[in-house]
Amino acid sequence: MTALSVLLSCSAMLLAIAILAVFIARSKQATKFIYSLSFALSAIAFAAAADALATMAAPDAASTLVLPIGLPWLGSHFRLDALSAFFLAVVNFGGMLSSLYALGYGRHEHAPHRVLPFFPAFIAGMNLVTLADDAFTFLMSWEFMSLASWALVIAHHRDTDNRKAGYLYIVMASFGTLTLLLAFGLLAGPDGNYDFASMRAAEHAPLTSGLVLALLLAGTGSKAGLVPLHVWLPRAHPAAPSHVSALMSGVMTKVAVYGFIRVVFDLLGAPAWWFGIVVLAIGGITAVLGILHALMESDLKRLLAYSTIENIGVIFVSLGLALAFKANGMGLAAALALTAALFHVLNHSFFKSLLFFGAGAVLTATGERDTEKLGGLVHRMPATAVVFLVGCVAISALPPFNGFVSEWLAFQAVLQSPALPQWGLKLLVPAVGGLLALAAALAAACFVKVFGVTFLGRPRTVSAERAMEADGFLLSAMSALAFLCLAAGVLPGVVIDALAPVTLSLIGQRMPVQTDIPWLSIVPITEARSSYNGLLVFLFILFSASLTAYLVHRFGSRRIRRAPAWDCGFPISDPATQYTASSFAQPIRRVFGTLIFHARDRVTIPAPGDLRPARFTLEMHDHIWEGLYLPIVGAVGFAAEKLNHLQFLTIRRYLSLVFLTLVLLLLVLALWS
Amino acid sequence: MISALFIQALQMSIVVLLAPMLTGLVRLFKARLLRRCGPSPIQPYRDLIRLLRKEAVIAENASWLFRAAPYLIFAATWVAAALIPTFATGLVFSWTADLIAIIALLGSARFFLALAGMDVGTSFGGIGSSREVMIATLAEPSMLLIIFTLALVAGSTQLSSIAAFMTSPQVGLRVSLAIALIALIMVAIAENARIPVDNPATHLELTMVHEAMVLEYSGRHLAMIELAASLKLLLYISLIACLFVPWKLADLGAGPLAYLVGLAAYLAKLAAGGALLALFETATAKMRVFRVPDFLGAALMLGLLAALLRFVSRGL
Repeated sequence: MTALSVLLSCSAMLLAIAILAVFIARSKQATKFIYSLSFALSAIAFAAAADALATMAAPDAASTLVLPIGLPWLGSHFRLDALSAFFLAVVNFGGMLSSLYALGYGRHEHAPHRVLPFFPAFIAGMNLVTLADDAFTFLMSWEFMSLASWALVIAHHRDTDNRKAGYLYIVMASFGTLTLLLAFGLLAGPDGNYDFASMRAAEHAPLTSGLVLALLLAGTGSKAGLVPLHVWLPRAHPAAPSHVSALMSGVMTKVAVYGFIRVVFDLLGAPAWWFGIVVLAIGGITAVLGILHALMESDLKRLLAYSTIENIGVIFVSLGLALAFKANGMGLAAALALTAALFHVLNHSFFKSLLFFGAGAVLTATGERDTEKLGGLVHRMPATAVVFLVGCVAISALPPFNGFVSEWLAFQAVLQSPALPQWGLKLLVPAVGGLLALAAALAAACFVKVFGVTFLGRPRTVSAERAMEADGFLLSAMSALAFLCLAAGVLPGVVIDALAPVTLSLIGQRMPVQTDIPWLSIVPITEARSSYNGLLVFLFILFSASLTAYLVHRFGSRRIRRAPAWDCGFPISDPATQYTASSFAQPIRRVFGTLIFHARDRVTIPAPGDLRPARFTLEMHDHIWEGLYLPIVGAVGFAAEKLNHLQFLTIRRYLSLVFLTLVLLLLVLALWS
Repeated sequence: MISALFIQALQMSIVVLLAPMLTGLVRLFKARLLRRCGPSPIQPYRDLIRLLRKEAVIAENASWLFRAAPYLIFAATWVAAALIPTFATGLVFSWTADLIAIIALLGSARFFLALAGMDVGTSFGGIGSSREVMIATLAEPSMLLIIFTLALVAGSTQLSSIAAFMTSPQVGLRVSLAIALIALIMVAIAENARIPVDNPATHLELTMVHEAMVLEYSGRHLAMIELAASLKLLLYISLIACLFVPWKLADLGAGPLAYLVGLAAYLAKLAAGGALLALFETATAKMRVFRVPDFLGAALMLGLLAALLRFVSRGL
C-alpha cells in the first residue's frame, strides 16, 4: 500500500470511530477504547507521513489518487507531496500524543459523549485538509475540521462563556471559509478548474494574485489567528477540554499555515515582491500584539492561546521573508527563511501542546485555570513542574532548546535582506527583525510570569495547596514532548535536513546538508558567516554546571540550613503578599500597555479617618475588539432591527415588495447584457 | 589541536579568574574618585571564598529550582564568556555559538535568575524579577539590532569574523558603527545593573532590581550568583573591546609571543573599560525605575537607526 492510501484509510477509520463513538460514548469503557484507537491510528498515519517525507525520492515526487466521491464531474482528488507529508506528520504526531494524554485526562470528563465522537473526527478533518488536491475537497474538509472543533469548543456548553466563545468561533470560521471559497473561485478562473493541478498550471494575472493573497490572508489568517482576525482564538481554544486545546493551538493553526503555504507558494505561481511586505507587516504586528496580550492575561489557558497568536506571527514573518526572497530570485535565502518557518511550525506544535497538557494537568489537580489562585505547585507536582519548565524555556526561544533554533534561523534570514532590491523591503525587514526580537524578549518575560506564579512561590488557595501529581498517561505524553523540545534544539541539523524536500519542492533550493558538518553544528550559509551548535552548548552548560557544583561541594561548604524567608522584621505570612500575575506584568504594562491597551491604573486612598478600604482599579481596552468588531456588531444589530419591520406587513405590501424586487432584478439583467 | 584546546581552556579559566578582579577594580576606582580609600581589588576573591565556606541558609519553602539555579546561571554565563575572543580569535570552539546565540545564552541565565527570584514567594523577589524582565524586554531587542548592524558591516555574526573585519582597513569611520557603539554601551550598562539603571551597591531599597532578586541567597549560592554577575560585566567589556578595539588580538596559530601581547593588551583594555565605567558611574545619578524604559528606548531607537543606515547604504 502506498503512503497516501494508508493515510486515507487512517482518516476513514478515524471517521468510522467517530460514528461508533456516537453510540457507545455513554458506556464506561468508551473513553479508553476510543482514545486507544485514535492513538493507534494517528501513530500509523504519523509513521506513514514521516516515512513518506524521509524517503521522498525527487523534490516534486507526489502520489495522487482520485476517489469517485464529492462533485460528480470532479471527484475527490488527494495528493501526498513533501509539503503535505511534513504537515501530516505534525498533525498526526499531535493527534497521537493528545490521544495518549486523553487516556488519562478523559477519565475526568463529566460529559464524554460530547467529546468522544468529535475528537477522532477532528483529527480526520485535519488529515483530509492536508491531503486534499482540489478546492472542493479542501473546503469540505476545512469546514468539517472547523465544525468538529466547534463542537469540541462547546462541549461544556452550560458555561455561558463557552457558549459565547463557540458562537464567535463559528461566525469567524464561516467568514474564513467564505473568503477561502472566493479565493479558490478566483484561482479556478472562469472555466471552473477546481483541481489544484490545473490551478498550478494556470497563469494568474497580477490583480487576481493580489486578490487571492488578500482573501487567503483573511481565510487562513482567521483560522491561524492573525491580527486583526484573532479575537475568537483566545476565547475558543481555552474553552475546549485541554487535550483538544492542545490540538487546536498546536496543530489546527498549523493546518491553516499549511493552507497558506499551499496556495501562495505552490498554486499561485511566482509571487510579486510586495507580497512579502504585506505578510511581514502582518506577521510582525501579530507577534508583538499576541505576546503583549498574553502578558496581560492571568488565565493560564487563555494566556497560552494568546501566545499561540505570537508564534503564528513569528511563522508568518519567516514566510514573508521567504516570499520576498523568492520573488527576487534569491533561492538560498528563501530556502533558509522557509526552513525557519517550517521549523517553527514543528517547534510550536511541540511546546504548545506540552504547555496546554501542563495546563490541563494543573486544571485536573486543582480545578483552577486562574494563575492568581495557584502557586507553589512545584512542591506538589514536581514532575509536571519539570516538563512544564522545559516547555516554558523552549517557547521563550532560549538555547539550548528548540524554540531558539527556529528564531535564530529567522534572524539569519533577516540578515540576508540587504541584497533585496526594493526599498520598501529594505526598510521594513530590519524593523520586523526588531519586532521579532521584541516578541522573543516579551515571550521570555511572559513565561517567567507563567511558571513563577503558577509553580513557584507559596500556594494562594487551598486547592493549590492540595494539588496531586498528574497520572502516568499525562506525564508520559508531556515527557515525550519535553524530550523532543530538547532533542530538536540539540540536533537541529536533523530537522533541517528532513525539511529539505519541502523547500526543494516549493522553492527549488535547499539549505546546505547539515548532518555532514562536523560536530553536528548548523551552518545556514557558510561557517565564516554564522554557525550554531546546540549539542555543544547543551553539553558545555551541563558540564560546567556539574563541575562547578562538584567543586563547590567538594572544597566549599555543603551545609544547608532552612530558615524563614527574609521579611524585613515585619512578618506577614499571608501568601496574598506575594507578587501576582498582574503585579508581575505591571512594569511591562506601564511601558507598553499605556499605548497599546490604554491601560490606566487608579489608586483611591480614602482620607484619614475614613473607614472605606483603599481601592486599586485597572482599566484596559482592546482596541481591535472595540474599534473593529463592536461597530460591526452594532451595524448588524441596527440592520436587523430595521429589517425586523418587514416581518409584520400586510399581504398587499408583501406583494408590492415582491413586484418591486422582480422589476429591479429584471432591470439589472437588462443593464448587464 | 592540543594547543588550540589549551588556548580555549586558558580563555575559559582566564575569564572566570579575572572577573572578580575586574569588579574589585571598578570598586576601587569608584572609591578613589569619591576620595575614599576603598578596598583592595582582590577583596571580591576574599568575599567569594568566605561565602563558599559558609553554610547556605535557604528559605523554608524554597524548591529545588532555587538551589539549582545559581549553578545554571553561572554555567550559562561562563559558556557565553568563554566564547568571546578576549586575547585571541579563532578559538577552537568559537563556531559553537555566534553573537546571537551568546546573547541568547545570557537570556537563559536571566530566565533562571528571574524564576529563582520568584521561588520563595516574597514581594522582594517578585519586584526584582518583574523589573528585571521589563528591562530585558527592551535591552534584548536593542542588542539584536546592534548585532544586525555589526553583522551587516562585517557580513557575519561570528565574533571571530567580525573582529577580523574590524582590524582590517576596510572598516573606516562609519556613522552606523558609532551609533551602534553608543547603543551597545547603554545596553551593557542596563544588562549589568550599573548606575544609572540600577545600583550594585544598594541592598534594601525599593529602587533596586538585581539585588532584590537575589535577596534570599546566601553562602555558596550567593557566591555563584555574584561570580556570574562579575563574569557578565567582564563579558560585556570584552565584547565591546573585541568589537570596537580589537587591537593586538592574536590570530589562531600565532606564536606564544603574540598570545602574550594579546593577553597584555586584553588586561589593559579591561582596566581601561573598568576605569571608564567607574568614571561614568560617579558622574551620573541613579534614575527612577520608570525612567529606565526611556533610557533603553533610546538605545533601541539608536540600534534601529544604525541598522537602517546599514540597510540604506553600504558606505555609512
